Amino acid sequence: MSQEQLAVYEVFIRSNRGLDHKHVGSLHAESPEHALMYARDCYIRRSEGVSIWVVESTNITASQEDDIESFVDPMDDKPYRHATHYVLPDNVTGM
Amino acid sequence: MQTLDKDEAVEQATFDQRISDEQKIEPTDWMPDDYRKNLIRQMSQHAHSEVIGMQPEGNWITRAPTLRRKAVLLSKVQDEAGHGLYLYSATESLGITRSQMIDALQSGKAKYASIFNYPTLTWADIGAIGWLVDGAAIVNQITLQRTSYGPYARAMVRICKEESFHQRQGYEIMTVLAHGTQVQKQMAQDAMNRNWWPSLMMFGPHDSESAHSSRSMGWKIKRMSNDDLRQKFIDQTVPQIEALGLDMPDPLIKWNEERGHYDSGEINWEEFYQVINGAGPCNYQRIKHHKAAHSEGEWVREAVRSYRQKQQDKKTENAA
Repeated sequence: MSQEQLAVYEVFIRSNRGLDHKHVGSLHAESPEHALMYARDCYIRRSEGVSIWVVESTNITASQEDDIESFVDPMDDKPYRHATHYVLPDNVTGM
Repeated sequence: MQTLDKDEAVEQATFDQRISDEQKIEPTDWMPDDYRKNLIRQMSQHAHSEVIGMQPEGNWITRAPTLRRKAVLLSKVQDEAGHGLYLYSATESLGITRSQMIDALQSGKAKYASIFNYPTLTWADIGAIGWLVDGAAIVNQITLQRTSYGPYARAMVRICKEESFHQRQGYEIMTVLAHGTQVQKQMAQDAMNRNWWPSLMMFGPHDSESAHSSRSMGWKIKRMSNDDLRQKFIDQTVPQIEALGLDMPDPLIKWNEERGHYDSGEINWEEFYQVINGAGPCNYQRIKHHKAAHSEGEWVREAVRSYRQKQQDKKTENAA
């Protein structure tokens, strides 16, 4: 049997409580449980993480970076949404 | 000359811009065919090296001199398997399958680091490999953390973190042997002498002879030339040899004040090409063993497949 008959899972690891899960790589597995065990063996060999997520790659819906301008308006014409847009008097601090 | 249609020319320009802006190329981005092919060649070769590299070291697991050394060696070999996985997964993102890569390895179409075609004759080889071979790999891999293909660069970051333990455990073995009995010291000297030249060969042919180098540098797949990397490795390793109190493996090694580098002798390139082309001491054995391990593991994959099928059948049954 070739590896390709197994689904591809993306692996995400939280390195410490309070931090985001971060994508670390992928692997082939037969089920989510299998993927989780495999991810544990491959990606956490010296306390790199406290929590693992595995997601079958085909379940991820992704935006296309090329379409980003038409899909997500970066709002560059609205500089007033950024704190740096506002000028404070020099003697004002703590803001 | 290749002519590009208009859309492709735009894509090419975007790609070139990304490369020149030090941006990473990601799997879904358009990339030139040759860039993709070149990456697949280099990355799969890198993955194969991690996997084949388990063999010479695995040879000593059952004969490690202490339980601690055995545990350490087991961990290291397990890491190499993990590195193989990181790299195979990253290479798959370029549109090649795992079985295509394994076929290429087993049929000899794809290469792996030729150092692994040398035998590990004594326990000191395990020290010399960790120290010199992993040391040489680290020098190369540190620069590859900045390679232009995103998944490759990220895999390199993880691998480099783990490799530093590999090199240190090797040097520790060498230190103990070099300060042991006369026989042990001689064993360390012999292992270093035998592994020294093949370690230098790991950086590949001279820049002037390297088939893929200049293009890979242009694409920022490679970030430093073969000769520069090799020099860097020699410069960092010579003081480590002195610290062990061993004799230099090459009588021509000498500090060159003017260059600010160590001078050294010429590599035996005939041997290099012989080993690459299949005539090294262990080429046949390495591939034979890989094929055997792969086919002996078939029943596990078979079991996984039929379990998966059963689960799917159950689901369909319950749904009906």
